[in-house]
Amino acid sequence: MAMHEHHGLASFYEEGGNSLRSWLLTLDHKRIGILYLVSILAMFFLAGILALLIRTELLTPGKTIMDAEAYNRIFTLHGALMIFTVIIPAIPATLGNFLLPIMLGAKDVAFPRLNLASWYFYMAGTVLMMLTLLGGAVDTGWTFYAPYSILTRNAVVVVLLGAFLLGMSSIFTGLNFIVTVHRLRAPGLTWGRLPLFIWALYATSIIQVLATPVVGITLLLVGLERILGIGIFNPAMGGDPVLFQHFFWFYSHPAVYIMILPAMGVMSEVITVHARRPIFGYWAIAASSLAIAAISFLVWGHHMFVSGMSELAGAIFSFLTFFVAIPTAIKVFSWTMTLYRGQIRLRTPMLYALNFILLFTIGGLTGLFLGALSTDVHLHDTYFVVAHFHYTMMGGVLTGFLAGLFHWWPKMTGRLYSERWGQIGAVLYFLGFNLTYIPQFIMGSQGMPRRYWDYLPEFQGLHVLSTIGSYVLAVGLFVSLGVILHSLWKGRKSPANPWGGLTLEWQTSSPPPLHNFHGPVKVEHGPYAYDRVQAKEEVEEVTA
Amino acid sequence: MSVAESIRAMVAEKEELAGYSGAKFGMWLFLITELMLFAVLFTAYGVFRALHLEAFHEAHRELNLTLGTVNTLVLITSSFTMALAVGAAQRGRRSLTTLFLSATTLLGIAFLFIKAVEYGAKIHHGLYPGGPAFQALEAGEKLFFGLYFTMTGLHALHVYAGILVVLWLLVRNLLGHFSSEYFAPVEIGGLYWHLVDLIWIYLFPLLYLVG
Repeated sequence: MAMHEHHGLASFYEEGGNSLRSWLLTLDHKRIGILYLVSILAMFFLAGILALLIRTELLTPGKTIMDAEAYNRIFTLHGALMIFTVIIPAIPATLGNFLLPIMLGAKDVAFPRLNLASWYFYMAGTVLMMLTLLGGAVDTGWTFYAPYSILTRNAVVVVLLGAFLLGMSSIFTGLNFIVTVHRLRAPGLTWGRLPLFIWALYATSIIQVLATPVVGITLLLVGLERILGIGIFNPAMGGDPVLFQHFFWFYSHPAVYIMILPAMGVMSEVITVHARRPIFGYWAIAASSLAIAAISFLVWGHHMFVSGMSELAGAIFSFLTFFVAIPTAIKVFSWTMTLYRGQIRLRTPMLYALNFILLFTIGGLTGLFLGALSTDVHLHDTYFVVAHFHYTMMGGVLTGFLAGLFHWWPKMTGRLYSERWGQIGAVLYFLGFNLTYIPQFIMGSQGMPRRYWDYLPEFQGLHVLSTIGSYVLAVGLFVSLGVILHSLWKGRKSPANPWGGLTLEWQTSSPPPLHNFHGPVKVEHGPYAYDRVQAKEEVEEVTA
Repeated sequence: MSVAESIRAMVAEKEELAGYSGAKFGMWLFLITELMLFAVLFTAYGVFRALHLEAFHEAHRELNLTLGTVNTLVLITSSFTMALAVGAAQRGRRSLTTLFLSATTLLGIAFLFIKAVEYGAKIHHGLYPGGPAFQALEAGEKLFFGLYFTMTGLHALHVYAGILVVLWLLVRNLLGHFSSEYFAPVEIGGLYWHLVDLIWIYLFPLLYLVG
């Protein structure tokens, strides 16, 4: 398709101006996406620093740089910030907000005001969570398990309120996306022609809308329990703390799919574009997103195998956990088959995508160890869980986010970044990541418990390796950050379609104009028809 | 252009994106989130009622069945007037819409008033979490009152929010914003009001009748 730059509409940055008001009161989905991007990167930076503090403390048994109480607070804040303010919104609120309407050929999302409101709720929730830092932070762990969250003497209520507001922001985004996908598709953009990123965001949104209210009310109940003593999680009044775990995981397990599904969507886009191959198994990938969304609601009990659940319930949850691995495996299989005999270009986004396949596969498969009843009894609450979780949430979600960020950075900013340094960042990320978490798998299988400030001296070697890995990982991330910041000042101008993608966002200028397109949009083929494009190019070459 | 004007222009331009059916679709999704919110409380109620059957039965006798019944009638009637308001708005009958929206508001306020009387009596008798009579109860009974206040309290907050929504509709109706071509906000506000009513329809028998 022809480039549209010369049609001459100004980009949305120029058109809207750059006053503070043009950003803080904007209803443009692209600007809201950028607002989210800046806020989320800032939170990622902060929570990442906390992670480095944790790893530094663990260099030696006993006290290294902080005492046990400070350690409890820091790992709680690291977890809460990373989960609620970074990886849940990372992809939908940034890349999703920016790209979903464009990929649909729409001017904006269905409810632009709700979209802006979601960012303000995000900011309010984030600020509340940060405020607790002043009061000495919370030490419950990000899971807020009763009865400790009810008994501990810190500002739990403030954090809960923050998480509640962040939940509302997440619901707003999901609700908005569902209606947008149903109502605002361009002419010719049938469900079978939707980019798989959209399918993934759609499945994510369903979980966001259905599951988030559950954690919202559960956290409020903890707050009420603390303030009024309503008794629901208190055995002395007839309540039950295990019920908290049920309610919490009824949301928080589907929530890991809120986090990972968008990253899987990014994967489908990045792999097809940078391998120039039609996706393998379009419908299998689209349907597996919906299947994951559905099954994700039925597996929460696998977090509670050792919380006194009946054997029958345990066996059922274990079976369902294995079951949810199937649609996930279908996706990994399809991406690998897409790469097979593709024209693979190892640009930065593709490197992150390959990172994803490897890291997420390790994360997913170790999840099965934990989903199996007998091994879970041994591995529960050890570093094995920590490593598994980080392989899926960081190796999966964050790697997918970085793949998408580099993939769409030229579209969002109109600038090309340094490919060489981007690749160096991705390689450092890969090395640092594995060096950080492989030792944790080993330690976990040997019985090193999670969340402990102190440990037996025989674990020190592995802890030191893990800490060194985290520093390498941090260097990789700083390099990547430097690459994108540098591109803003020194990057070459990006053409409309630097990678030769076929989805709609590549058919408009970089960055897009205020209403996203330079003329009416009509979709005539599927999002990955590289075979057709190639055939056409070959015909043109022959006839020329 | 002043700030207010430019915002208004921006809002007007974006407002038609979702359209009538999109806006309604959005509201239905929002109602689903509300159902999930209350579903947690209903689940907790179900679990604990099964665990403390006797205690729940004992405790529920303390609730004022008469006031509960009256309140149920009040809220069902308000749903009826809300439905009439939506019908009137669809036909573009502005003064009729005003009448029914006002009736809905008053019935909503009446509901909250009766609820406040009930709460007042409970508090007077010390039957609230932490209250003197409450402390003397056995475990399951405490839990019943904890759930009673949580569930009806959260519901009352929703009624309160609903009243604000209906008042906002009333103002817009008086300003002549609605016509037989444009009545989506009334219909959407109505959906919300019916949901709040519907939740009470489940709360009432669970708390007041079966215990």
